[in-house]
Amino acid sequence: MPTFVYMTRCDGCGHCVDICPSDIMHIDKTYRRALNIEPNMCWECYSCVKACPQNAIDCRGYADFAPLGHSVRVLREEEKGTISWKIKFRNGHEKNFVSPITTKPWGEAIPRLADLPPPDEEALNSPLLTYEPEALKVDSGLPTISKDQFKQGVYY
Amino acid sequence: MSHFGNPEIIEEEVDILIIGGGMAACGAATEIMRWTGDIGLKIKLVDKAAMARSGAVAMGLSAINTYMGENDPADYVRYVRGDLMGIIREDLVYDVGRHVDSSVHLFEEWGLPIWKQKGNEGKKLTEGGKPVRSGRWQIMINGESYKWIVAEAAKKSLGPANIQEHVFIVRLITDENDPKRVAGAVGFSVRENKIYVYKFKACLLAAGGAVNVYRPRSVGEGIGRAWYPVWNAGSTYAMAAECGAEMTLMENRFVPTRFKDGYGPVGAWFLLFKAKTMNAFGEDYQAKNYGILADNGYDAYAAGPKMGTCLRNHMMIKEMKDGRGPIFIDTPTAMANLAKNMTPEEIKHLEAEAWEDFLDMTIGQCGVWAGENIEPDKEMSEIMPSEPYLLGSHAGCAGLWVSGPGDIPGTPDHYHWGYNRMTTVKGLFTAGDGVGASGHKFSSGSHVEGRIAAKAMVQFVLDNKDWKPRMSRSTKELAEEVYRPVKTFLKYKDYTTAIDVNPRYITPKMYQLRLQKIMDEYVAGISTLYQTNAKMLEIAEKKLEMLREDGGKMRAKDLHELLRAWENYHRMITATAHMKHIQFREESRYPGYYYRTDFMNIDDENWKCFVNSTYNRDTGKWTIKKVPYVQLVKPDDSEPEGIKRPAAKV
Repeated sequence: MPTFVYMTRCDGCGHCVDICPSDIMHIDKTYRRALNIEPNMCWECYSCVKACPQNAIDCRGYADFAPLGHSVRVLREEEKGTISWKIKFRNGHEKNFVSPITTKPWGEAIPRLADLPPPDEEALNSPLLTYEPEALKVDSGLPTISKDQFKQGVYY
Repeated sequence: MSHFGNPEIIEEEVDILIIGGGMAACGAATEIMRWTGDIGLKIKLVDKAAMARSGAVAMGLSAINTYMGENDPADYVRYVRGDLMGIIREDLVYDVGRHVDSSVHLFEEWGLPIWKQKGNEGKKLTEGGKPVRSGRWQIMINGESYKWIVAEAAKKSLGPANIQEHVFIVRLITDENDPKRVAGAVGFSVRENKIYVYKFKACLLAAGGAVNVYRPRSVGEGIGRAWYPVWNAGSTYAMAAECGAEMTLMENRFVPTRFKDGYGPVGAWFLLFKAKTMNAFGEDYQAKNYGILADNGYDAYAAGPKMGTCLRNHMMIKEMKDGRGPIFIDTPTAMANLAKNMTPEEIKHLEAEAWEDFLDMTIGQCGVWAGENIEPDKEMSEIMPSEPYLLGSHAGCAGLWVSGPGDIPGTPDHYHWGYNRMTTVKGLFTAGDGVGASGHKFSSGSHVEGRIAAKAMVQFVLDNKDWKPRMSRSTKELAEEVYRPVKTFLKYKDYTTAIDVNPRYITPKMYQLRLQKIMDEYVAGISTLYQTNAKMLEIAEKKLEMLREDGGKMRAKDLHELLRAWENYHRMITATAHMKHIQFREESRYPGYYYRTDFMNIDDENWKCFVNSTYNRDTGKWTIKKVPYVQLVKPDDSEPEGIKRPAAKV
């Protein structure tokens, strides 16, 4: 499903250029609008579609196997924490789905490493990672393999 | 002033460089500040794209495939070695298993919605909330923003000054005095005419697996609808190989069976919805073909329905070869069975779950369904084994040979040389798709492996405080090399009237197609139904050598093409490693992924071992050897016979 850009909606802001993991959304120098310069390197990941503030980007199913006449449209609303999909079938049938994308306000539940006491030598040399063992939800530290789980001759 | 033909060179010295921005790199970025924040080491992360949407999780995911919960990590080791036909690094897999839940718990803390069982809604995993399991190791999530959330944590930890996006690192440089030590890396901006040269004490190379090495089933626009991300160009393997790092199990590959054309995932359909597959005549070919596993000794790696994923492919390919395809996945019956005891409201929810499974991670499959008027509760879909992929984090185990944690009892000496996840090149670490012989980490395991490597890198740097990196190549030489495709284009573009057809250069696109044709036709791609033999490999070897020579003649008409030129160079090196390993391993270890038709059996006596290789960039020569497999975790009764057999004597 390579992306395409509606001529009348795109204002050339470049959000899609910044976010595209495949580096295929570029700004056309003549029209000053975005375009997909390499449709066969498009993963249809919708990163640009979701990032476009003008809803100017859409996808058209890969021409070598997807019949025409369908569409899969998306609206990602960060402040609401939801993603909404509208799927239109070739025969006109429609389906709508909404699902959550986060449980927390953006940018707040980030790791606050500075709040932790500075690590000592012992912590640095132990196999425990940050927030472990608490974050593993086990009381006794890292899980270990009991001796009877090991092959004889390897361990004892 | 810099321009296309004359880039500006930016040099920077840091303590630790993180190459990549996917799950593993984000894990490393988050973890590393805990250990360096107070001692003030200089860290830099370089990503060829934007971290919020880079790597394999860019689109999102609908499940986290590695979560221990109530499970013992030793059982996770058993599961991984069963799926990967008996040969894995059990120390590495156990290490992922014992740490992985802490990453998953952090994801939930940061806002990732994780499905909970009825009555547990709103209760975090750490508070005893029971997740919805689609399989023993998998949990369901609403993961549209999975990568966004994980990247945000990484970016906030590291700070914007320590992140460089849209710069593609293409080569690692060894130390001036020690050819077995890494000292620097070079790359270029895909936005500006700038070359970046980094010097460092240690580096994490986590730039993903390899996609589009093989000719894909769809060859038009659909080339982009690769199962794994189309931007994973084998950069991890190629850069490490060129730096002299030892690779392992590069013969391993993954051939995912997926919904045809759209490559929609089958995991939730098989595990959560309990869908069955059948051939064109409605037969359960898996039950029918179980007996054929014994023909070449593959049955030693199957115990009833428990078997390596490749063996399931093997039974499917038999049907396709015999003309009983296509293979269907019976989605309507699965949905109807589930709906039997459901209220209309619950049925609606079930249908939404089925669609959202794809919308969260393979949106294109929804496009195929909508385009073909397929509603999964009413009509079956075709499934199909795809073109081969090389990776180390999903259900494959190609990658680099790294040191394990060392504290796991029974670890042999050749599994451990001091720093966890360090390759055989001093100072070069890897994680995620980069680590070989340790598959089935998936997103969460890659994240935690990045964290493990990050901590080990800090230890390495502290132990090498006074060491100064000096590169074995001059900045000028490197700049020449990185921009060679640009120079080639500028020099010869006016020689012909059409810039794409020119005897002096090859376009990156044609270079990729040439590679894909060689790999497909000679190295067990789809056109031979994954079969190859010594003669075909000999021809491939010759063709790949010429392709390597022509690598220096790729052109770049702009920065985007320069990106593609280097990606395809990386693909070529990765593909060559794959071919050499398949050539060396004289058995069919992964039937259903590939066959050596001249050695159709699984031969544990001679080949239950790793195959490791190193590449010499200066001579173009590969050195390949067997390395002993050491089993750490005792097999239990339910595991197939092959697992219990002794390792090959090496």
